[in-house]
Amino acid sequence: MKNDFRKMEDEMDRLATNMAVITEFSARISATLQDRHERITKLAGVHALLRKLQFLFELPSRLTKCVELGAYGQAVRYQGRARAVLQQYQHLPSFRAIQDDCQVITARLAQQLRQRFREGGSGAPEQAECVELLLALGEPAEELCEEFLAHARGRLEEELRSLEAELGPSPPAPDVLEFTDHGGSGFVSGLCQVAAAYQELFAAQGPAGAEKLAAFARELGSRYFALVERRLAQEQGGGDNSLLVRALDRFHRRLRAPGALLAAAGLAEAATEIVERVARERLGHHLQGLQAAFLGCLTDVRQALAAPRMAGKEGPGLAELLANVASSILSHIKASLASVHLFTAKEVSFSNKPYFRGEFCSQGVREGLIVGFIRSMCQTAQSFCDSPGEKGGATPPALLLLLSRLCLDYETATISYILTLTDEQFLVQDQSPVTPVSTLCAEARETARRLLTHYVKVQGLVISQMLRKSVETRDWLSTLEPRNVRAVMKRVVEDTTAIDVQVGLLYEEGVRKAQSSDSSKRTFSVYSSSRQQGRYAPSYTPSAPMDTNLLSNIQKLFSERIDVFSPVEFNKVSVLTGIIKISLKTLLECVRLRTFGRFGLQQVQVDCHFLQLYLWRFVADEELVHLLLDEVVASAALRCPDPVPMEPSVVEVICERG
Amino acid sequence: MEDDAPVIYGLEFQIHIIDFDDENNIISKNVLLHQVGEIWHISASPADRGVLATCYNRTADSKVLTCAAVWRMPAELEPGGHESPEDAASPAHALELLCHLDHAARGSTACVVWEPAGPGGRVVSLADNHVLLWDLQESGSRAALASSASLEGKGQLKFTTGRWSPHHNCTQVATANDTAVRGWDTRTMSQIYCIENAHGQLVRDLDFNPNKQYYLASCGDDCRVKFWDTRNVSEPVKTLEEHSHWVWSVRYNHSHDQLVLTGSSDSRVVLSNMVSISSEPFGHLADDDDLSDQEERRPEEKSQEPPQDSVIATYEEHEDSVYAVDWSSADPWLFASLSYDGRLVINRVPRALKYHILL
Repeated sequence: MKNDFRKMEDEMDRLATNMAVITEFSARISATLQDRHERITKLAGVHALLRKLQFLFELPSRLTKCVELGAYGQAVRYQGRARAVLQQYQHLPSFRAIQDDCQVITARLAQQLRQRFREGGSGAPEQAECVELLLALGEPAEELCEEFLAHARGRLEEELRSLEAELGPSPPAPDVLEFTDHGGSGFVSGLCQVAAAYQELFAAQGPAGAEKLAAFARELGSRYFALVERRLAQEQGGGDNSLLVRALDRFHRRLRAPGALLAAAGLAEAATEIVERVARERLGHHLQGLQAAFLGCLTDVRQALAAPRMAGKEGPGLAELLANVASSILSHIKASLASVHLFTAKEVSFSNKPYFRGEFCSQGVREGLIVGFIRSMCQTAQSFCDSPGEKGGATPPALLLLLSRLCLDYETATISYILTLTDEQFLVQDQSPVTPVSTLCAEARETARRLLTHYVKVQGLVISQMLRKSVETRDWLSTLEPRNVRAVMKRVVEDTTAIDVQVGLLYEEGVRKAQSSDSSKRTFSVYSSSRQQGRYAPSYTPSAPMDTNLLSNIQKLFSERIDVFSPVEFNKVSVLTGIIKISLKTLLECVRLRTFGRFGLQQVQVDCHFLQLYLWRFVADEELVHLLLDEVVASAALRCPDPVPMEPSVVEVICERG
Repeated sequence: MEDDAPVIYGLEFQIHIIDFDDENNIISKNVLLHQVGEIWHISASPADRGVLATCYNRTADSKVLTCAAVWRMPAELEPGGHESPEDAASPAHALELLCHLDHAARGSTACVVWEPAGPGGRVVSLADNHVLLWDLQESGSRAALASSASLEGKGQLKFTTGRWSPHHNCTQVATANDTAVRGWDTRTMSQIYCIENAHGQLVRDLDFNPNKQYYLASCGDDCRVKFWDTRNVSEPVKTLEEHSHWVWSVRYNHSHDQLVLTGSSDSRVVLSNMVSISSEPFGHLADDDDLSDQEERRPEEKSQEPPQDSVIATYEEHEDSVYAVDWSSADPWLFASLSYDGRLVINRVPRALKYHILL
């Protein structure tokens, strides 16, 4: 090992001396080459400078060639490189000359670029390129913005014009869906592109630039909306909303993209507003449709009632007509609800806007359409009560009856059914006040009551006129001994029976007081029993007449006063009672105005007995008929200077025979 | 005030004069015999307290004729006389016949109306379809037909009732036939206006507004009371539907024309307050003297609504149809109504309303 170390030491020494020698040689080389090195560096530098100068001197021609060739990008690049240097050395005349040349050419270049930009036949990317280059050339950015926007405006306006042309009367106008598609793909996508390009290019411009874009978008957007609204306004008819809803959906959807891009322009809000307006109009339209349908039903009913019955074929019964009307209205309502429901379908893009979720459902559909329709139905029905024709010639009484039953049915069942249906389909999500079911039901009941009251008045009037004429035109003083019941009384009974049947078709029987077993055989026992003095013989002493009058007055005190017009209940018996009360009261008043001979009185007796035989079964309380008829005969007796009433048995015989 | 009860006791027809002593609430009755026939209409002369005219039925050859005559009451029974009230058993007095108002055509006279102002020498009688103007001469003992007019038309036209307007110097008379109301000028006996179809059915009664010149009220069998302005007869100014059966009579209060009384065969008497068409629709207006005192009160007064038309009260004391109502000419707050069963009810306007109107 010692030997190894000794060898290494020797070698290390030899290495050191070699290194020293190498170092010395290297230093000697660099010293000699030093000189050459500097000279070469200098030459390289000069070469580079010369190349730059050559570039500069050749710049004008190169630029010109580029411009001619159309390689604008390159030209702009050259220009960019040279600009700073030229700027710095422009005090040197030769550089100045070059700079001037370059400027001229650059101006020409810019002009050409602008020309290309303006011509615009090229697509958007090329335009973007032009704009980029122009920006790189140092053109003022606002001008470029303006030009860019002006150019875009020209393109978009052309789109708008083509849309407008579709609105014109030239046939055939495409349907709404196509229109919105066209608009969407043409105008809206163009707007999107412009907006995107603008924002890219002029992002450096800051808020002023964005503001310009927003203004631009707003203006063009408003024109577009105006066109869309015009087109939608043309979409009047048809109950079917599906096409309209789809078109609106597309329209709304397309505007989401530019809406996001151009939030400041408020495009999306304006679109939503348009859709809301259209929805409202459609609701109004549906309401009118429902009202027209209702009036149509009524006209049909009137025609059916007025149509002459063909021999052997019964016309449609009242109950059938009522069922038809009710079902037809219900089906119309359901159809309207279904078609309006499309507006809130889930797939539709605007269906979760706050308007549609809230106000549309509660105020628009429930209040405006359904409640509004029910109210207008009630009003139309009530208008039949106020018709000026006092003789009832305008409105057939059967129609009044039908309408009152319809309103009553609505109050009991249909209104709540319809409103439940509406609420299910349109889940109300806002808190605006809605009409409760009870209010509507109360209104419907009131309408039904008024109609029924009017019906009673009208029918009562018809019978009263008959009775009045019969009393006023007959000569009661010189009439002969009665042999039979007068024809008019039979007519009255027939008419009352017919009314009873008619009302019975639609209304329930109602409650009547239990009849005593001998009611049909009642004779004038009241008449004779109330005058306890037996026969009403004429008497000249003051006491007797006083007694009978007193007796009848006392009897009146204890019997219930007959209210001729008490409110009518919704059943057949009440209706008939009202009609009979009116008719008999008329008879009473007319009888009090005439003077009767003896046989006249007897004829009245016979007539009243006949009426009593047949009318008691129609009224709720048969005492009523007895009372009124007794009053009639008593008044007739008072009007007779020679009252000799007929024997009750004879009266009965005549009545049975007649 | 007099009333009659058309009660037929055999052949006795009577006029009852009922004295109502306001302060003591005593009623006393005197009976006058009117033997010629059954009275259908009675009216008193506004000029002479003891004179009255009646239309009565006369049965002759099994035909009934309605004639008209003028009578004088015995002097001691004239209303307003301070005789001590007789008891019920006093003998019936007789009427002195002054003259007949018979028309040559022997039609049925429906009613007789006296001229409201003036010496009381003129009456109009309505017979069938004739309007007859009579001059009563020699203190009523002779009646001369001054002029007449007829209603031409199809069918049997018959007047039912009439009324003399207190305005226009007493030259206008209104008549009703069937459903039309016509106005006549007594100077020329020509028709001035005609309200066709005033009521759907028969018109029963008319009355003129004592304070407003052109206003007329009519009532009829359609259970309504309608108020008309005769200058514009196409539409009623107001319609009242308070009754449920035929309205037989309507009367304005003589001094306060917002109070209107109606009686109907539904046994009710209704007193209505027709403020909006009266001569004082806004109540009392502030006098000019009091302007300065009431300066501050003015804005509140102006904002007050004018009082609304309303029904003041419904009187249901009658058990049978009410055929006649009238106001007292002595006390403007007193009125009476008469019903079929012979019941005469005297009532007053509610005190609160009376003070409201007066103050």
